[in-house]
Amino acid sequence: MEFIGGKFLQVVIALAVFAAIIGLIMLLVDRAPKSAKDKITVAGFLAPAAILLLVGLVYPAAQTSFLAFTDASGKLNGVDNFVWMFTQPEALVTLRNTIIWTVLVPLLSTVFGLAYAVFIDKAKGERILKALVFMPMAISFVGAGIIWKLVYDYRGPEIEQTGVLNALRVAFGMEPKQFLLDAPENTIFLIIVMVWIQTGFAMVILSAAIKGVPAELVEASRLDGANPWQQFRNVTIPGIRGSLVVVLTTITIATLKVFDIVRTMTAGNYETSVVANEMYTQAFRAGEPGRGAALALILFLLVLPIVVYNARVLRQQKEIR
Amino acid sequence: MKNRKYLLPVAVTGILALSLSACSSEESATDPAATADCSKFESYGKHDGKTVSVYSTITDTEATNLEKTWAAFEKCTGATVKYEGSKEFETQIGVRAKAGNAPDIAIFPQPGLMADQARAGNLKPAPQAVSDAVDKNWSADWKKYGTVDGVFYTAPMLANVKGYVWYAPKTFEDKGWEVPKTWDEMLELSKKIADDGSMKPWCAGFESGEATGWPGTDWVEDVVLRSQGPEVYDQWVNHEIPFNDPRIVEALDKTGEILLDDKMVNGGFGDVRSILTTGFQQAGQPVLDGQCAMHHQANFQAANWPEGTVVAEDGDVWAFMTPPVDASKGLAITGGGEMVGAYKDTPEAQAFQAYLASAEFANERVKLGGVVSANKGLDPANAQTELDKLSIELLQDEETTFRFDGSDLMPGAVGSNSFWKGVVAWINGTPSKEVADSIESSWPKS
Repeated sequence: MEFIGGKFLQVVIALAVFAAIIGLIMLLVDRAPKSAKDKITVAGFLAPAAILLLVGLVYPAAQTSFLAFTDASGKLNGVDNFVWMFTQPEALVTLRNTIIWTVLVPLLSTVFGLAYAVFIDKAKGERILKALVFMPMAISFVGAGIIWKLVYDYRGPEIEQTGVLNALRVAFGMEPKQFLLDAPENTIFLIIVMVWIQTGFAMVILSAAIKGVPAELVEASRLDGANPWQQFRNVTIPGIRGSLVVVLTTITIATLKVFDIVRTMTAGNYETSVVANEMYTQAFRAGEPGRGAALALILFLLVLPIVVYNARVLRQQKEIR
Repeated sequence: MKNRKYLLPVAVTGILALSLSACSSEESATDPAATADCSKFESYGKHDGKTVSVYSTITDTEATNLEKTWAAFEKCTGATVKYEGSKEFETQIGVRAKAGNAPDIAIFPQPGLMADQARAGNLKPAPQAVSDAVDKNWSADWKKYGTVDGVFYTAPMLANVKGYVWYAPKTFEDKGWEVPKTWDEMLELSKKIADDGSMKPWCAGFESGEATGWPGTDWVEDVVLRSQGPEVYDQWVNHEIPFNDPRIVEALDKTGEILLDDKMVNGGFGDVRSILTTGFQQAGQPVLDGQCAMHHQANFQAANWPEGTVVAEDGDVWAFMTPPVDASKGLAITGGGEMVGAYKDTPEAQAFQAYLASAEFANERVKLGGVVSANKGLDPANAQTELDKLSIELLQDEETTFRFDGSDLMPGAVGSNSFWKGVVAWINGTPSKEVADSIESSWPKS
């Protein structure tokens, strides 16, 4: 009871703080001298956001960049952390896996999502068919990781299987397999989980985009004698190019940052670690914040061009409109 | 702006509410109804109106039991103990010490962190009274773990015991198996069970989320201590010999005679590698189901058995200590425990530190159940379970060599990262030497 009371009190306090700050700003802006009123108004209302951005984004980013050049005891050590990252076998495996993830997940999710969207377009029960594929999006990565860990579960051949896949294998007379232990294919089994989640996202966006392709264009191309593949290749694809870029880049960014799935399913063991997981492990478990920060920096540099590209494509589209 | 006259009051109220909220605090111990005999507390002096702040990792029921125990100290000395338990202790204690906001007393879960704090000059050396109490109540092994660079800082409090081998007494009786007295006997028994064919001799599970592999480090530590002796164990833990020293590799191979043999493991789950995908909480279950004969785990395994399981020599499940390799050298056990250090040298803080090292504290706390202590003044009759009693007797035995869990003493980069990962790779098929080399290369240089 006291617990709920305490939480309630916290909510009230948070609201009061918010009201207090806004009230103060409005009061001060209102009292400002007439001559510079516009500037002060702008500055006053931008300040909270700017301060929060500084404290919450710019400062940590600068701090992390600095940390990346220090060792475990906080002394500057030049580029040692980066040397470690690109020479140690365990770190190299991490980079390799991240590349495999970022190539396969966006590609497979988009291809499956697009194919599904095209095939169920205007089909009977389209909404239900869509919902089925979209549903995994509603599950958190950790939840999905736990579900798939159970799917891949292993018991010895002489014992009753608890994992669905191994139960199937045994039913077909095969030996059960340790899906998560055998490198390098175990990375693929983890990637399947991510694709399972992201396909729904790709499908929903692309399906909407396909419906936005003008029917006259498709009609005209058909009258010109284009077969279904040519219609799809030369009319539909150019028509949904913008959405394709958004889907691909969004999934790529999500994939670069993937952490939960790897951590819940293998904890980065058996050569399945990725950059984000290794970053956490080094910084918070191994007591090597410098290495963690260096990995974070690399991750940031990898994500940056994709974000820039995404923003540029969006702006170009706006200009066309 | 018509309503601007309301703005000032709103702002003021908000600020007031904010400042008031900073005053709310956590609830403290509820049960001061200790009917203690205050004559035992005379030596701690009177500290009326003084407060001792205590910070540790211990929370929930365990924390309540601690507070109940020292209520008598509060009543008799007049001091108030302000306790705060947090799962973030390990990261927070360093931050708080740096910020000048350290507690009076900190209860460290492992010696490594304590040693860091002592070397940083944050901890106060223990006063003579604490040192005397530890000399009287604890073995020299324990005092050593509270000593950093020749200065004694922290007194031990409670303990846990690792290296138990759990088995079902009824199965052993039915099959005519004897509890082994030496490592070789244990290996012989394992082979006998494997040949018997009704069950596999061992079951194990190292899966523990991101900490996967730690139960395996306990195995290796037990074998290093028993096969190579306490001196080599200390050198290994302190990195005076490299992790890939031939003696350590030999101990790994010795462990592998059980863990890496498909005939020996993994009862109820599958082959050797199924150890990696079996959760450590579930790994002992096949002992009860008659699918495996033995399971190696610390005393806290008692809490992992299903409800209603009788843990006793004549019950459903019982444990024997992993036997020594050379029986003539006596029993050597690994385990863990808390260390009580002081950030302030006020009389009340020192009195409290001495009290936590005393036999009175150990007896009263153990009576409440769930824990044991290596305090020699502790009466085993106060133990609440058969297993606690066995643990206390093992800890108090003059012949017992006690060593702290090695992975807790190694630097975090090894003890809670590469050692775990190394064990995982080892079970997954990487040769012992290669695993030891890789762990050695991860040892922080400085």
